[in-house]
Amino acid sequence: MDFSFSEEQDELRATLRSFFARYSTENDVRRIAESGEGYDPDVWRRLGGDLGLQGLAVPEELGGSGFGYAELGVVFEEMGRALLCAPYFATVALAAETLLRCGDEQAAKDYLPGICAGGTVATLALTEEGGAWTEAGVQLAASARNGGWTLAGAKTYVPDGHLADLLLVAARTERGVSLFAVDGAARGLERTALPTLDQTRGQARLEFFNTPARLIGEEGGAWPGIERALATAAILLAAEQVGGAAAALDTAVEYAKVREQYGRPIGSYQGIKHLCADLLTELESARSAAYGGLWVLDAHDEAEVRTAAALAKVYCSEMFTQVASGSVQIHGAIGFTWEHPAHLYFKRAKSSEVFLGTPAHHRSLLAAELGI
Amino acid sequence: MELQFGPGVADFREEVRTWLAEHLVGEFAEHRGVGGPTDGEAWEVRLAWDKELSAGGWLGLGWPVEYGGRGLGLLEEIVFEYEYARAGAPFRATGNGLDLLGPMLVAMGSEEQKRRFLPRILAVEELWGQGFSEPGAGSDLAAVRTRAERDGDEWVINGQKVWTTFGMHADWLYVLARTDPDSQRHKGLSMLLVPADQPGVEIRPIRSLARQDEFAEVFFTNARTRADLVVGEVGQGWRTAMGTLGIERGATLLPLQLTFEREMDALLDLARERGALADPMHRRAVLDAWMSVRIMRTTNLRTVAELLQGRTPGAQATTAKLYASTRHQTMGHVAMEIAGASGQIVGDGYALDNRQRSFLLSLAETIYGGASEIQRNIIGEKVLGLPKDPRPA
Repeated sequence: MDFSFSEEQDELRATLRSFFARYSTENDVRRIAESGEGYDPDVWRRLGGDLGLQGLAVPEELGGSGFGYAELGVVFEEMGRALLCAPYFATVALAAETLLRCGDEQAAKDYLPGICAGGTVATLALTEEGGAWTEAGVQLAASARNGGWTLAGAKTYVPDGHLADLLLVAARTERGVSLFAVDGAARGLERTALPTLDQTRGQARLEFFNTPARLIGEEGGAWPGIERALATAAILLAAEQVGGAAAALDTAVEYAKVREQYGRPIGSYQGIKHLCADLLTELESARSAAYGGLWVLDAHDEAEVRTAAALAKVYCSEMFTQVASGSVQIHGAIGFTWEHPAHLYFKRAKSSEVFLGTPAHHRSLLAAELGI
Repeated sequence: MELQFGPGVADFREEVRTWLAEHLVGEFAEHRGVGGPTDGEAWEVRLAWDKELSAGGWLGLGWPVEYGGRGLGLLEEIVFEYEYARAGAPFRATGNGLDLLGPMLVAMGSEEQKRRFLPRILAVEELWGQGFSEPGAGSDLAAVRTRAERDGDEWVINGQKVWTTFGMHADWLYVLARTDPDSQRHKGLSMLLVPADQPGVEIRPIRSLARQDEFAEVFFTNARTRADLVVGEVGQGWRTAMGTLGIERGATLLPLQLTFEREMDALLDLARERGALADPMHRRAVLDAWMSVRIMRTTNLRTVAELLQGRTPGAQATTAKLYASTRHQTMGHVAMEIAGASGQIVGDGYALDNRQRSFLLSLAETIYGGASEIQRNIIGEKVLGLPKDPRPA
């Protein structure tokens, strides 16, 4: 942990930036977002096959390439910058992380190589009607039948739940919260894509009618692993938020340099210039929160992970919303149109703020960690 | 989170730790974390501590050996400041000479100036004060009007400087003065070194809103200094001054950070003691203050790490001052709100407790060292590349 990126990490960033400049253009984002298809299968294959991104931070013995979270953070930051529409967050930050933390070596061996190779789209189905990312929010019932398990009930707001080949479902048995693997094509599973305010990230409602499921890890012992995976996911989401905000601010600043009113570029007025400066200050501060989280993960500093995750989630969420709102404001009326991309970032910001739990939820988690 | 330093400095780090453990005792240990860049609290103790550091050879680590320094690299300086901050040693009283004038002389001073002044800064024999701001030249420093005219082999100085930090303690002043009477703005300025102890120099304390006398105004009435006591070229004082302001203070970020962390700990203790955390609004305010202090820490470590790698620090190095100064003020407001009615009572003679003093002194932080409005211009223009404000021709 050295609080700075290496040359290799900078090269990874440059490679990804040019990749997404080619494969996740604004037109691509709009096309996928409005079609409801969720992703471009060709680009997904390139992410897995050409770049090996799905398994970047997964150990080599499980099919990954064994890099660290700093590298993975760079990936999310660049994806956030490009507003990439793909089930990458669900597959890598949620499903793969959960498999790494669930204490079930066999399940990790069975599923992670497929995820790393790019063939498997996966997600974590945790939230239900209340939308809470908490242990108490898990009410879906799992029952033991004939030596196996079945699920009955519903999950909703599941990220990319309608696209996933593999669903990791948190459900409740009489012993408590347990984790189950469900095939996306299982009988007794009905999936409905939900129309989302932020069209760049899909969500689905899943209904289980005695759907067959495989128990992962210990019955009743799943929550600590899920919680730990969510902490990692929060830090990775923070990196994605930093990337999105940086793009939104860049666009606003470039516009402020060329848009003229009263015969001067609007960026020469302190009303605009100082707003841009304040937004950059928030962005750089949020960067510290997100990068600090990545470095804590790579240092395996378990005592600090939850604190760093809650901090990163709160700060980067609020920052992205502030920056994306400021970007609309700086663009003026053109920023209010459907044609201009400012609203894509604004909506991604707001959906990300709520995703994985609101800032209020993460402030509570932080308060608990700090003992206040 | 801790900075990791390579094995190459392990011995040095151990040397620093051992020395601090042996010398930060008694009265010095009782003043852990005391003082600040403009806080003159416990001045005599801090000055004695600086002399202790000097005797141990811990001042001017990066300065050349021939002028009394240790000739060490940035890595060692940062290791030292890091351990210094961890140990909570008092905030050094002689920062003006050590962190501003000294590095300026190392970079731009003549051989004779270096030999004359640097060893005495390191020996804590001569303290320095900065003569930059004037009543009519605050954020717009190029508007300085203090004049210096040649009279034989001396400069004769007339004018007024203001906001000289710890000016009452200064033995010498470095003064930005107009040496070409017909010049305008940035041209025709020179950086003069002026002895404070002479009839033509009058230093008066400015009582701040904290009822303390950390700042001073300096009146020059036919004050004199030797003709060769100009740093850099005559007429190039603006360049010299900007060089000082631009000196990378990566290593000095850490002690200030520690001060903020101590205040945060005190705020948490206060909030617990007063049961304020049961109130959701107070709890949120305390949490947000904690977050901002943690973010400042990571931001500083990012900058330090980049300096150690030999990289140019990123945008965070420029935004950090604006962030830290505004968030520190917010933190002070939260602490005062939680302290409630009892926090509104001061001691005899307007004696302030640590919380009150920090709360009041923090108001200066968004003004000195480039006011927040100037910081926003710098961030907007230098970092983001936005067009400059139209300025008078």
